[in-house]
Amino acid sequence: MKKKHLDISGFLSSILAIIIGLAVGFIILLICNKNQAIPGFQTIITGAITHGQKGIGQVFYYATPLILCGLAVGFAFKTGLFNIGASGQFTMGAFGATLIGICIKNLGQVHWIVALLVAIIFGAIWGSIPGILKAFFNVNEVISAIMLNYVGMYLVNWIVGSWKIGGKQVLFNSLRNESYNVSQSAIIPKWGLDKLFPGSSANSGIIIAIIVVILIYLLLEKTTFGFELKAVGYNKHAGKYAGINEKKNIILAMLISGAIAGLAGGLVFLSGTGRHIEIVDVVADEGFTGISVALLGLSNPFGVLLAGLFIAYLQSGGFYLQLFSFSTEIIDIIVAVIIYFSAFALIVRLFIMRIHQKNENKEKKLNKSDKKRGVE
Amino acid sequence: MDVVYFIVQQTMFFMVPLLIVALGGMFSERSGIVNIALEGIMTMGAFTSILFLNLTGKFMSGQMQLLIAILIALATGGIFSLFHAYASINMKADQTISGTALNMFAPAFAIFVARVIQNVQQVQFVNTFRIESVPILGSIPIIGPLFFQNTYITTYIGFLILIISYIVLFKTRFGLRLRACGEHPHAADAAGVNVSIMQYAGVFISGALAGLGGLVFVVPTSTNFNATVSGYGFLAIAVLIFGQWNPIKILGAAIFFGLTKAIASAYSGIPFLVSLNIPSYLYKMIPYIATLLVLIFTSKKSSAPRASGVPFDKGQR
Repeated sequence: MKKKHLDISGFLSSILAIIIGLAVGFIILLICNKNQAIPGFQTIITGAITHGQKGIGQVFYYATPLILCGLAVGFAFKTGLFNIGASGQFTMGAFGATLIGICIKNLGQVHWIVALLVAIIFGAIWGSIPGILKAFFNVNEVISAIMLNYVGMYLVNWIVGSWKIGGKQVLFNSLRNESYNVSQSAIIPKWGLDKLFPGSSANSGIIIAIIVVILIYLLLEKTTFGFELKAVGYNKHAGKYAGINEKKNIILAMLISGAIAGLAGGLVFLSGTGRHIEIVDVVADEGFTGISVALLGLSNPFGVLLAGLFIAYLQSGGFYLQLFSFSTEIIDIIVAVIIYFSAFALIVRLFIMRIHQKNENKEKKLNKSDKKRGVE
Repeated sequence: MDVVYFIVQQTMFFMVPLLIVALGGMFSERSGIVNIALEGIMTMGAFTSILFLNLTGKFMSGQMQLLIAILIALATGGIFSLFHAYASINMKADQTISGTALNMFAPAFAIFVARVIQNVQQVQFVNTFRIESVPILGSIPIIGPLFFQNTYITTYIGFLILIISYIVLFKTRFGLRLRACGEHPHAADAAGVNVSIMQYAGVFISGALAGLGGLVFVVPTSTNFNATVSGYGFLAIAVLIFGQWNPIKILGAAIFFGLTKAIASAYSGIPFLVSLNIPSYLYKMIPYIATLLVLIFTSKKSSAPRASGVPFDKGQR
């Protein structure tokens, strides 16, 4: 009974945050340009669907890494950890996939699967480091993950930019200033989504993402291992007291979280849509957007799925904003405001619970006074 | 010797913003509020103050213009950080969430507004602030070229902030109360300290200093602002932890980080390092790897403020 109230209030506070975020976005548009504000805002809200199947396909394409990074962060949240390092894990996954995609040949049909597996492994390794440091050395996972974001980014740039065999660049196409194209056989299949959404970049990535969402949901809700993870997340000491190996759980939770983020990196860089590793000293955005997605989705796997689709929807709507005098950053502003107000969820929850409690107390009082009267 | 002068001067450019922002973060964490939004606040502070430099470039220049820009950066950072304070203190929100929101908001806002005002996202400014040589002090042998030539007024402001921070934190009543709020807010509350006000003060100071740090970071190293401070806010958090929440140790950490950053960015101009033939990426990674190593050795008995990151709930015991 109580849990249900929490769920509803969490959902309500997310909706409230979305409404406030959109309102702030609209006000900013109004301040900047009165005449174009209304059509501009309409484009944000409906841009993705007014371009038909292509638009919807693009939403799915953009949503894939957002859902997976959000899931990575959300899963870690559920186990009491803040994985701010999804960016680094995403980058390592992208690197692993690119490495296999370029260097290994003659794998035929399973090439893309192998490349994705390596992406998952690289992400898992990078994710498990903060877990190990936390479990054995009590290092705050937020700080170590921030550090590892930069180490990973520089490491990948270093290897991609300067790995040579016999004087020839292995991974780096100096003419185009980015990594080489991956082999055709390493590009993930479309599974018919290109026919369903012609003209878009949609591919099997979104289906894989949905499968992973379901798997993580089952893991968290239907298995003993998931229960242990959550128990440690809710109360570390209680979990320990109940005989749960808390160190092992921390490491495994970060490992799984990193694996999901690595998969996201693999799917993006194997999609054959022109994403290459460029040697710029900037940490990947996807991991940070993943934090937003996880927060908006309340760390619930299906919530994350919806939140990822929602933010991708806004982003692809924002893409068409360029027709007006507004830049697409308005979407980031809106999302930031949404996240800010979703942080108030606790207060909204307390508020709803308080109303609920008051009602209960009233009922109790009434019952008591009834009884008293009965005695008299 | 010229090489040494060059390295020291370069180190200052990287070190001072880290020092200022990490000290800012220290005030916030000492009051019990984790401020992960330093990166975003730096971006905001840099944006407004450099926009000011850009807009007044036609009729203003030199130190006066820079000083006004500094005030603007301080004010912007302080005000922007109040969003974080309100969420963390009044709304008892998760402090990492509101911090993340601020980090996300700032660059988007900077690009959006820059495009609205001037159609391009880079904000240009003319750097008229470099001090070739400080009068009298600059001509002292050795010390002059090390610390008083090819410098900026912001460097000295940075060190001034360090001294003031130390005094405020350890020698004043305000500092004692601030620290009490970060260690044991209930005890502070019982002793009659208004925890909310102290925490607001801590976050505001951190915001103001972070805003200033944004300006101080951009001015010596660039001639335009492109809505980013290249992760310096996160690096400052590392400096803060590396420095164990203590102003003097923070100075040491900032010097270390500044030095490795300076070497990474300017090593091709240093013959000795070129001859070592170490890839530049190694220098770029050193600060982060060193932080990880230090964390491994110090985290078991971390001196982090005990109540940092935990919303203060008066009714809880």
